Amino acid sequence: MSNQLEPLADPGVPVATVRRADIDPIAAKRAERQVALLFSLSGLGTLLFIYSFFFIKDNVFIFLPVLGNTNAHQLGIGIGMAAGLFFIGVGLVHWAKTLMPNTPAVQERKELRSTDADRDGLVATAKEGVATAGLGRRPLIKASLAGAAALAGLPAVIMLRDLGPLPGNSLNETNWKSGTKLVTDPGDRPIKASDLEVGAVAQVLPELLPGQKRTLEDIGKDAVLLIRLRPAEFQLDAERLSWTHEGIIAFSKICSHMGCAVALYEQTTKHLLCPCHQSTFDVTRAAKVIFGPSARPLPQLAITVDGDGNLIAKQPFSEAVGPSFWERSS
Amino acid sequence: MSAGEKVVGTVANYVDERTGAAAWVKKSLNKVFPDHWSFMLGEIAMHSFVILLLTGTFLTFWYEPSMQTVVYEGSYKPLKDVEMSAAYASTLHISFDVRGGLLMRQIHHWAALIFAAAIVVHLMRVFFTGAFRKPREFNWLIGIALLTLTIVEGLLGYSLPDDLLSGTGMRIAQAIIQAIPVVGTYLAFFAFGGPFPGEVLIPRIYTLHILLIPGIFLALITAHVMLVWYQKHTQYPGPGKTEKNVVGYRIWPIYAAKTGGFLFIIFGVTAFLGAVASINPVWLFGPYTPGQISAGSQPDWYMGWLDGFVRMAPPLETHAFGHTISWNILLPGVIVPGILFTGMALYPFIESWMTGDKREHHILDRPRNVPNRTALGVMSLTFMMVALINGGNDIIATHFDLTINQIMWGSRIGILVLPPIAFVITKRICLSLQRADRELVLHGKETGRLVMLPHGEFVEIHEELSQAKKYTLTQHEQLKAIELVTEDAGGVLNPKGIRAKLQARFSAANAENIAKPTAAEVKELEGGHH
Repeated sequence: MSNQLEPLADPGVPVATVRRADIDPIAAKRAERQVALLFSLSGLGTLLFIYSFFFIKDNVFIFLPVLGNTNAHQLGIGIGMAAGLFFIGVGLVHWAKTLMPNTPAVQERKELRSTDADRDGLVATAKEGVATAGLGRRPLIKASLAGAAALAGLPAVIMLRDLGPLPGNSLNETNWKSGTKLVTDPGDRPIKASDLEVGAVAQVLPELLPGQKRTLEDIGKDAVLLIRLRPAEFQLDAERLSWTHEGIIAFSKICSHMGCAVALYEQTTKHLLCPCHQSTFDVTRAAKVIFGPSARPLPQLAITVDGDGNLIAKQPFSEAVGPSFWERSS
Repeated sequence: MSAGEKVVGTVANYVDERTGAAAWVKKSLNKVFPDHWSFMLGEIAMHSFVILLLTGTFLTFWYEPSMQTVVYEGSYKPLKDVEMSAAYASTLHISFDVRGGLLMRQIHHWAALIFAAAIVVHLMRVFFTGAFRKPREFNWLIGIALLTLTIVEGLLGYSLPDDLLSGTGMRIAQAIIQAIPVVGTYLAFFAFGGPFPGEVLIPRIYTLHILLIPGIFLALITAHVMLVWYQKHTQYPGPGKTEKNVVGYRIWPIYAAKTGGFLFIIFGVTAFLGAVASINPVWLFGPYTPGQISAGSQPDWYMGWLDGFVRMAPPLETHAFGHTISWNILLPGVIVPGILFTGMALYPFIESWMTGDKREHHILDRPRNVPNRTALGVMSLTFMMVALINGGNDIIATHFDLTINQIMWGSRIGILVLPPIAFVITKRICLSLQRADRELVLHGKETGRLVMLPHGEFVEIHEELSQAKKYTLTQHEQLKAIELVTEDAGGVLNPKGIRAKLQARFSAANAENIAKPTAAEVKELEGGHH
């Protein structure tokens, strides 16, 4: 298989290089002092740590080049601990390199494979065990044990059932209902069309009913972005246009790709950008994806106003918000 | 006998009478370990793991794995009276109100980055030198398992502070789980205890991060090191080194001092980084809420490649029969990483099949002498680098004044085009280096000294290499291609058919080498003009 070309002759393990400290007692003494000095530096580091821990207040700042304004307490304990550890290490390595023997040693490798006698012995022992236990002769025991063992593993899986509820329809639902008032986030104030200038953006949530509390799960599906454009700037079909109000259009803020908050709005291009994976949505065309990995527009929320002029949801979202999932129908 | 020796003797006797450990310890102290800087890489990982255990334990004394809402009352003024999870509040407490807490947090995070980096570079060393070959395939598999666990452990770790950035990471993890066909939604609801983010995620990942995964780490690292110990370490080629021996230094005292010292050095360096280099300043991000995000969201580097894949994925989804399959998530988040890691795990077996080489190897390859493997390695690294760069495309865009679209399209094209180019270039470089080795052995080193001969000709003096150097450059064997047997002498077709053909192809590609100088050629030269 391999080529039969003879390699050059192996000249054998080279002799160790002679170091200064091997032949010169003065150099050896110097190396010893260097090692001791390194260990002493470590001791000083630990002392610095102890001093800084107890005696430097944690509100003292000092100015250092490169680092700028630095907390003296943090820096003192950090540098002290670092030096305390680092110089022990350097000392040990320096000691090994200068003063410990540097003659290479050679050790033979043993073959990893067991001897044939050992292997045969193992096979014989295993077979004997099988024979004396009667595994081969008593199929009933074998079959029933295999069955029982397989079943006994099931509880481990079944017990994980209560890790969480079944999804049910919850991914298709949000707290937006027909007539739900839009309220500012933060602040929870109702919002009027006149509160938004053309070009403005606002984050809104569904109004809380008395006694209701808002969880992070709610925000994770309810967060909506309001953007106000000039009505003439929209390129929407009649239905989607009817979902806007005086140039105000509302989209789910939860990215249709992986659920990050689509928070970057570029006023000049009227693009919404998700900072996680840069999916880019065109606000004028019902959040159509114009770049990036997202495959669907952001769901649009139909809005209108109530008698007091407050913005309300006309109807619930017509599709599931957030990232895709197997049961999603469109 | 001094008093000290007496005490040690008494203790040793006590232990040995009960364990019989003396023989084993003596053998171990005398064990020879080969010397090379690249053998330290795995050690860096091992030592970082020790640092992670120590600093991590310290952090658990104050960290509170709970998503219950609390009002922050600590000493960090900008977040005073802000509602947040107890996990985030306790992380702020550790950072501002526990002496040394911030230092420990930062050492822990730095050590984690170094741990992951050391594993990757160690893996590269093992790959490019062929250390994974028989008998070390098990250790290769354990290593791949450790790398995979490291990525998961790191992700869970930086999610524990429950700040705005890490919550976004969990949001993405949830979306990946949810995208798995058929069972994804159920898996996501089980993992998060309901819809995202729920109220149980932090305590659950805390248990995984501090108990389950470190436990598996400990078991795997022990097995990894025990196998190295038992099989004895590989060594680089050189004079006196054979497949049957180990040339190096003894554990006692040389490696005991060096390894022990190295642990302190790494701990010292991470402590220094923790002292001067701020990492993951969670107080700047604020508490997590799904409705907000910070621009320039970046995972830690060992997750960056995955994020890079996701960012460059094509916007594809299949909607059919009332169901959705998100290729834009499955492809970059599950399928491609699955293929990469499976391929990596299987590589030792694939290579052994391609070359037909089933023998034990303890002498390492010089990467240039195995051009195909080296080129494959560089090709894979190029693939990952493009992904990693694209993972930071927003940061690169702002720093280099490019648009995200340019970088994204550059990455989409680059990830398909650059790896094959890297393969070809690397293979050519390897062959050129082989040629250079051959020249060196046959004609010696160019000294730059010109000499005028009596008849006026100028020649450059070539200095002959030492025998040791010549041996090192020529000791490797050059495998020949497997000959394709389409039918045997009796005219029976090879039952392996296409597989045999493939194997012959691969093995021919592997056998493309510059013929190394033979002993005869060298001898002739030595007899000639030297």
